[in-house]
Amino acid sequence: MSSDTKQIQLPLTAEAIGDLHAGDAVALSGIVYTARDAAHQRLTSALEAGQQLPIDLAGSVMYYCGPTPASPERVIGAAGPTTSARMDAFAPQLYAAGVPATIGKGQRAREVREACREYGGLYLVATGGAGALLASFIIEAQVVAYPDLGPEAIRKLTVAGLPVLVGYDTHGGSIFPNDEKLD
Amino acid sequence: MHEIQSSQITEAVAELCQRVNFELPEEVQAALRRTRKTATTDVARMILDQLRDNARLAREERIPYCQDTGLVVVFVELGQEVHLVGDDIHTAIDAGVRQGYQDGYLRPSVVSNPLDRATNTGDNTPAIVHLRMVAGDGLTLHLAAKGGGSENMSALWMLTPAAGRQGIIEAIVERIREAGGKPCPPLILGVGIGGDLEKAALLAKEALFRPLGQPSDDPELAELEQEILAAVNATGVGPMGLGGADTALAVHLLSYPCHIASLPVALNVQCHAARHGSVTF
Repeated sequence: MSSDTKQIQLPLTAEAIGDLHAGDAVALSGIVYTARDAAHQRLTSALEAGQQLPIDLAGSVMYYCGPTPASPERVIGAAGPTTSARMDAFAPQLYAAGVPATIGKGQRAREVREACREYGGLYLVATGGAGALLASFIIEAQVVAYPDLGPEAIRKLTVAGLPVLVGYDTHGGSIFPNDEKLD
Repeated sequence: MHEIQSSQITEAVAELCQRVNFELPEEVQAALRRTRKTATTDVARMILDQLRDNARLAREERIPYCQDTGLVVVFVELGQEVHLVGDDIHTAIDAGVRQGYQDGYLRPSVVSNPLDRATNTGDNTPAIVHLRMVAGDGLTLHLAAKGGGSENMSALWMLTPAAGRQGIIEAIVERIREAGGKPCPPLILGVGIGGDLEKAALLAKEALFRPLGQPSDDPELAELEQEILAAVNATGVGPMGLGGADTALAVHLLSYPCHIASLPVALNVQCHAARHGSVTF
C-alpha cells in the first residue's frame, strides 16, 4: 500500500469513520470477526428471535471470509474476502445492531450503502483472490461460534495492517464507478 | 490394451488438486503481469501488484492462492483401448479429491444438500466429472478447481437465430457489467455457442481449459473472441470492479452445430484464480 495509506486501529470510532471516504486506502489493525452465508443466517435468526448472540455485534467488524484450514505451522490458511452481495439481505440489520464496518469484495445493493449512511457504517473492500497475501496480515485466529459450520464458523481474528479500500463511506460515497449517486 | 490402475488416477488427482491451488499457471501470471504494465489507474496497479505477491506467497509457502479452493471439475478423455483396473473412475477421482484436499489443508466447499445446506461433505467431494470416450489407448484428465464467486456470475441464454453475433456480444457485455467486482476480475470468459442447453454450458466450461489467450482455430470465432474482449474491456468494470480497462484477460469461444430454431449461448465466468492442470497416462 502507498504512503498515503491511513493506519486505523480497531475498534473504530465514529470520528475515524467520519474521516474516511470512498477510495481511501486503509491498513486495519485489531480484532475482526469472520462470518459468511451460514453464520449470517444464524446471527440474524437469533437477532429476530431476541436470543443471546454468541458475539457482541456492537463495535465488531465483520469480515466476509471462509478461510482454508490452517496447516499445523500456521495461524490460519488462505483468508481473502468472499462476494459481499450474498450478505446484502442481512447487512442492514447488522449495521443497525452496531456493526461499524463489513469487509468483503464487490459492489452491493443500494440498501447497504443507505445503511452505512444511516447507521454511521463503512463497507471496506479487500482484494478478492488474494487469500495467501491477506492471511499474512492475520496474527491470531480462534473459532468463537458455530464450530459445526467448519469454514463458515465465526472466527475472531487479530489483524495487523490488513490492506483494504473504503468501498462505501458513511457520507453516501462509493468506490464503484457504476454505482449511481444516493439521493 | 493399456492397463491403468485406479490408484494411479487417485494419486494424480490428489497431486493436481494441490498443485493448482498453490501454483497459479504461469500463463495466467504472465497475463496478469502484462495487464499490470498497461493498467490505467492507481487502484488497478495496486490490485495487480497484490495478485503478483499473492501468487509468489502461495507458491513459495504452499498456501492456497485463494481461500475458495474451488469445486473440482474434471474432463476425462478415456481412450477406448484403455482397461481401468480397480475402482470405477468416479470413485477413483473422488478418492483423489478427498486425499488432495485433506492432505493439502484445502477448504472443503461442498454442501451435500443444496436446499437445507446443513452438511458440508467435509472433503470437497463429489467432483463434477465429464467423461468422453476417444480413440486410442491414452487417458487424460483435465482438472480445474473452480471458485464459487465467478461460477455464480455465469449465465445461459437461448437466443433466437436472428439475435446473431450482436445478440451474443450484448448478452455477455451486459452480464459482465452487472457482475462488476463480484466474480473477481480480471476475468477469463469461456463461451459456448450452439449445441443445445447442456452442450452450450459444457463448451463454455471446456473453453476455460484452453491455454490462456490462445485464439480459436476458427478464424471467425477468433475474430469474435477479440470483439467480445474489446467490448467487455470497454465496460469500465476493471480489476475487482473498481474501474479501469482491464476487466478480462481473454475470451475463449467454442462452437457446435445446433437446431435451425436455436442459438444457445453459455457464458462461464472464470476469476483471475484460473486454477487448472492436466495429466496424461
